[in-house]
Amino acid sequence: MALLDIQNLQVSFHTRHGVVRAVRGVSFSLEKGETVGVVGESGSGKSVTCYSLLRLLPQPPARIEGVRAIFDGLDLLSCSDSKIRGVRGRRISMIFQDPMTSLNPYMRIGEQLMEPLRIHEQVGRTEAIRRAVRALQEVGVPDASARMRAYPHQFSGGMRQRVMIAMALITRPELLIADEPTTALDVTVQAQILELVEQRQRELGTAVLWISHDLGVVANLCKRVLVMYAGRIVESAPTRAIFKEPRHPYNEALQRSIPALQEKGRELRSIPGLPPDLSRPIKGCAFAPRCRFKEPKCEMDDVFLKDATPGHSTACLRVQEGSLRQMTNDE
Amino acid sequence: MPQPPVNPSSAALESEMEGDHSLWRDAWRRLQKNNLAVLGLIFLSVLGLASLLAPWIAPNSYEAQNLALGATGPSFNHWLGTDALGRDLLSRILYGGRVSIAAGLCATAVSLTIGVLYGTISGFVGGRLDVVMMRLVDILYSLPFPIFVILLMVFTKDLGDAVENRLAEWLGVRMDIGKSWSLILLFLAIGAVEWLTMARIVRGQVMSLKKQEFVEAARALGLRRRRIIVRHMIPNVFGIVVVYATLIVPSVMLLEAFLSFLGFGVQPPMSSWGTLINDGASKMEEHWWLLVFPGIAFAATLFSLNFVGDGLRDAVDVRASKD
Repeated sequence: MALLDIQNLQVSFHTRHGVVRAVRGVSFSLEKGETVGVVGESGSGKSVTCYSLLRLLPQPPARIEGVRAIFDGLDLLSCSDSKIRGVRGRRISMIFQDPMTSLNPYMRIGEQLMEPLRIHEQVGRTEAIRRAVRALQEVGVPDASARMRAYPHQFSGGMRQRVMIAMALITRPELLIADEPTTALDVTVQAQILELVEQRQRELGTAVLWISHDLGVVANLCKRVLVMYAGRIVESAPTRAIFKEPRHPYNEALQRSIPALQEKGRELRSIPGLPPDLSRPIKGCAFAPRCRFKEPKCEMDDVFLKDATPGHSTACLRVQEGSLRQMTNDE
Repeated sequence: MPQPPVNPSSAALESEMEGDHSLWRDAWRRLQKNNLAVLGLIFLSVLGLASLLAPWIAPNSYEAQNLALGATGPSFNHWLGTDALGRDLLSRILYGGRVSIAAGLCATAVSLTIGVLYGTISGFVGGRLDVVMMRLVDILYSLPFPIFVILLMVFTKDLGDAVENRLAEWLGVRMDIGKSWSLILLFLAIGAVEWLTMARIVRGQVMSLKKQEFVEAARALGLRRRRIIVRHMIPNVFGIVVVYATLIVPSVMLLEAFLSFLGFGVQPPMSSWGTLINDGASKMEEHWWLLVFPGIAFAATLFSLNFVGDGLRDAVDVRASKD
């Protein structure tokens, strides 16, 4: 049985300027120990999806209208507040984008590391300190026992992200949600953090949901990738297939716009147009207005995610019909 | 999984990290390194102690008159001189310190407890509760303070005696409530007003803190609201709270002087720094010492408070520390 099974998750924000439908029906599942990447541009709903799993969005204005999100037999969307608190930080942990602000500046590193242990497991202080020191050693913080007494401002960004990872994994959660944890770091540190997460995941058997807009990061780390656009998953496939044989024009366009994969000296390519305004009703395929393969029917009927080949699903009507097979990388 | 070697110093580490409030102990250590703050603290404790022990250490009673002597300058018998009624100024300053310091402490305590808690809850919960709580503050703010106190005095003039009689019936002990009723009212009135600004300041701080990622992270760790407020919010607003608290004290002392001048609060022959300065100011052309000495006591106290407040703010700001 899947560790996490989400069916038709919908999240909307009820604001003064109308209803913004940030997530418009997302379904996917995650196996134990699996690493899944969620990619998409800003505002595609990838972070909102993950935040709503732990019910971290303030409600109101957010409203979650999912059918269900079953985590190991527990429905995260409808269980009681105390149940979800027992899941947060113990069975599902999160690491955040900006390590500079994710630690309390007034609390020692050690105190913060021990916090999940002290609220979730009735651990004595000696034991908590021992485990916190070990957790710091395991994420490669040198001189761990002395660093327990340090404050966050005495750490560099990369070191703080290591602390965040140690804090997230100290309770050995079954699922780690990583919300672009490498975006704020410089490239060499990024690689170290990626390696660290991979290594810790292997040791603990934690499943990872890795949110990113960096396709390169996802390609290195994840077994499977979900591509999101305008609050929906438009393509889901094993990582190799996502890159080798894109089955959705958005994914294909996204990859064409990676500068590193293009010839030098050519003008950088981007996807023309803007993502749709999610506070207005969307007719047909949300990507159709920017799609170079679109046909009139794309803007008529709603499209849903369907398997194109086993294990590789797409929300492109033309691919589903078979009228669009090859999306070449040439113009 | 192989057990990483347990650090031999972990026992020492534990003893060093003992207690949840390591932040406060650190702050205390850093405060001790700040000479001005320590000086201020010493001055305040000496003055506070002297005022507290005034009945035993003051050379005279605050009301003992010597009309024949009249107003004299500083002399061997009366170190700081006497006023027009021949009362010893040093004694009056020491006794007056009791009222002034008590008013300052009362206001600070009220604004710290009610103000910080109220502001934190209002800012943290937000939404409708925030609106209701803040409108209540607005209403209390808009009451004209002197009129509020005057009305309070007028309508409860006999209440003091009534309370005293009732208590005397119950306990069989007669406490001087009726006599010091105006003083009690003064403290109540100050208490009712002084937490308002604090609540507003704290609310604003908390609202901006709430949006910070570490609060989100704390929620993602499964912390309860109460624990987030106590462990994450309050330490973060503390720096501003401390500085503001040291500003409250002088304003309250001035307020007390103002109310006493109007005839509420401290009644003659009792003294407070505010009334002493007031009296002194009106006679400063003939008897300078009546203004200068209470003024020095008042100013030195305020300076000390500011030094201590400043030092405290630096001490609790972990980012400013070098260690």
